[in-house]
Amino acid sequence: MIPQEMFDVLKASFGDAILEAKLDSVLDPWIRVAPDRTRDVAKFLRDDDRMQFDSLMLLTGMDYTKGRIGVVYHLHSMKWNHKIVLKTEVGVEQPHVQSVEAIWKTANWQEREAFDMFGVLFDGHPDLRRILMPDDWEGFPLRKDFQVPEFYNGMKVPY
Amino acid sequence: MDVTVTEKKEGTVGDVDTGRRPATIPGLGRALRSEEMVINMGPQHPSTHGVLRLELIVDGEIVVDVIPHIGYLHRCFEKHAEQMSNYQQVIPYVDRLDYVAAMSNEFGYVIAMEKLLKIKVPERVEYIRVIMAEFSRIVSHLIALGTYGLDMGAFTPFLYCMRDREHVLDIFEETCGARLLYNYMWIGGLSHDVQPNFQEKTRAFCEYFRPKIVELNELLSYNKIFVERTAGVGVLPPEVAINYGVSGPTLRGSGVKWDLRKNDPYSIYDRFTFEIPVGKGIKGEVGDCWDRYMVRVQEMEQSVNIIAQAVEQLPEGDVQSAIPKRIRPEAGEVYVRTETPKGDLGFYIVSDGTQSPYRVKVRPPCFINLSALPAVCRGAMIADVVAVLGSIDIVLGEIDR
Repeated sequence: MIPQEMFDVLKASFGDAILEAKLDSVLDPWIRVAPDRTRDVAKFLRDDDRMQFDSLMLLTGMDYTKGRIGVVYHLHSMKWNHKIVLKTEVGVEQPHVQSVEAIWKTANWQEREAFDMFGVLFDGHPDLRRILMPDDWEGFPLRKDFQVPEFYNGMKVPY
Repeated sequence: MDVTVTEKKEGTVGDVDTGRRPATIPGLGRALRSEEMVINMGPQHPSTHGVLRLELIVDGEIVVDVIPHIGYLHRCFEKHAEQMSNYQQVIPYVDRLDYVAAMSNEFGYVIAMEKLLKIKVPERVEYIRVIMAEFSRIVSHLIALGTYGLDMGAFTPFLYCMRDREHVLDIFEETCGARLLYNYMWIGGLSHDVQPNFQEKTRAFCEYFRPKIVELNELLSYNKIFVERTAGVGVLPPEVAINYGVSGPTLRGSGVKWDLRKNDPYSIYDRFTFEIPVGKGIKGEVGDCWDRYMVRVQEMEQSVNIIAQAVEQLPEGDVQSAIPKRIRPEAGEVYVRTETPKGDLGFYIVSDGTQSPYRVKVRPPCFINLSALPAVCRGAMIADVVAVLGSIDIVLGEIDR
């Protein structure tokens, strides 16, 4: 299935939840999804016979600056051997995105990492806590406006 | 009158019936009180292969849950990459992800960058890269198998593996001067051409190494004690493995015939004949520790096959002719994954049209494979956690980045 067909099928099934798409890109065509519908869309993509995206290759946070952060999902179907990229975007004040942990277990740690680095709050994640940074770390290091603190627990940070 | 003090369902761990029932004290007719205990394994435990802490929740000898705690070796790779003043500078950092197979990491990064820059590299470069990547697979698997034997109580195979690894490291050293962290593959080419005696040395290695795999099999793979410790232990069913995103030998050990070199070919892998070994459950069940171990042994044979073919076809040419003077990709993004010894290593690179990367995200195979550890270990014995962890073959440098 080519990305254009995927987009048409998703648009027909989810309507407003499918916001826009860039399908002519030679590298990775992507579809933008509303952050409060990601789980439904993911479930559809995994279970629909024409899609069968059984593997979530990569889930990552992104900082789009100007107060917008996002999550990027790279999906792949081992059966049909096709790929698609999903994107979703939220404001930093209310960074709520639906978790897809229930669809693909691999999202568990990857969502924790996106939370750890970008502060994306995944609604419905069973265990959303920091994974790479210490539990008491303040701020989200991969955001572009992150300021490295001078001290962490009394230790000087910049070397 | 029998009074059961414990509140939880007796004799079960998760959904598994362990067959254990609380002991009753003769004469008293009352069950012994039992409760779960939390044990820390690591961060300095030798079998965790680095600084990994596992919080084991155990019911006697049986593991109820495992909670891995990672991040002790976090070096802000992705943050560093964004701070670099050009794309080439990221390569030494990429080396330090999976430090026992640095060539494979570089390979993934440079082909992602070449896809973004639309560079076609010379044939000679492609061949040398494939040979180096396969060498690095052999090196990585030798360490994985050797230390796995060590975890299981077999010391000698480790020394044999280290001895064979030296031969490959010598070739690396002659080629680029470094033994562990190479900075050898550059965007569009290589830092050095190989030495004039490279082909000869590589052929000699292939000839030397094939019998050594047989030796390793005799020494460790079919050793009765080793088979008892690994066969039927830590079974990872294929559908669970796919759902957890597990990749590489860990996935193939579960019987899934999935290898990016065949299924999503990159570079020039479609030109070589080789097999994809999968777990068949010869000694126990499909997807047990022994299967994952055996897949690695067989993959080394296949790597030797690829190297032997590539070295005969190695064309002449200039390895630096395609290196761009200035690396400034158009705004855009690319996601490329390659088959490294540990699994699918992906690079998601976003460019904003300037000379330094906007975002470099790594899909670390060990990180994803480790996330399946709790699913495999629930219901196993404490000693088997070591067996499962070793068979997943993790490198903390890549998990923590």
